[in-house]
Amino acid sequence: MRKIWWKIACVCLLVYTFIAGILLDVPHVPALQETIRNLYFHVCMWFAMMILFSVSLYNAIMYLRHFDLKYDVNARQYAAVGIVFGMLGYGTGAIWMSYTWADPNNPAFQSFSAIAREPKLIGAAIGLLVYFAYMVLRDSINDMDKRARISSVYNIFAYAMLFPSIWIIPRILPSLHPGQEGNPALNTSDIDGRMRLIFYPAVIGWTLLGVWITTLKIRLKLLNDKKILS
Amino acid sequence: MKRLKQLLLAITGLFITFMAQAQDVKKVEMADMMRSNGRIYVVVAVMLTILAGLILYIVRLDRKISKLENGN
Repeated sequence: MRKIWWKIACVCLLVYTFIAGILLDVPHVPALQETIRNLYFHVCMWFAMMILFSVSLYNAIMYLRHFDLKYDVNARQYAAVGIVFGMLGYGTGAIWMSYTWADPNNPAFQSFSAIAREPKLIGAAIGLLVYFAYMVLRDSINDMDKRARISSVYNIFAYAMLFPSIWIIPRILPSLHPGQEGNPALNTSDIDGRMRLIFYPAVIGWTLLGVWITTLKIRLKLLNDKKILS
Repeated sequence: MKRLKQLLLAITGLFITFMAQAQDVKKVEMADMMRSNGRIYVVVAVMLTILAGLILYIVRLDRKISKLENGN
């Protein structure tokens, strides 16, 4: 294990998140109640996804500048782990909203139809599908250089597509999701100092975990490639 | 001196009304039961066990890959 310190930091931050996130006091908000603690888990998934996709974009651009296949491997693995975090964010969001947005006075089916129209959900689904398409596109091209070049260009478009689908359009349309007039979980009206104390370490911890998994995948891929070439 | 006293009295009165207002806010129901009987620590223990298991898994994978890298 080379460069071990950030892995230790990752473990410490995650343990801190799990203990402090459950035990420390949180603001008493009607409708959310104790579920406000999901901020340390659900929201962090999206933050980690966004950071991992950004690193993937950086590697895609570096590939197009230098045509070194190493960057292409990086870009693919970061995008893959980003997708995993995105799906976790989507799943946790689905669980959370079905307990806090669903109207108890409505029959379940009606309130589900109201939730399914939620622009944030549709936007997130579109953003993730664009990245699924990135994987499909990559793996359908056999020639290594052509695959790297086409998928790097597509990666840049996919990243650009994230902005309208998860950042802009859900803000324009009426939505139940908090953070309509700003960045959810970042502006002062959403969370107070007590939660910030756990939220920021949690974001860093989850992101480091994502990076750790990605580095393992990259190293495995490079080992595999070496085996094929030799 | 008298004016100062009056001023102090006015400020104290203001604070009392604030405090009275603050107590009027409707109490939001939280999981106080879980906290008072200590069951919340069971949840923390379960979550930490899962986290520990996942981290151990990753560490072992990391070690294995390092060994493979050194072997070649």
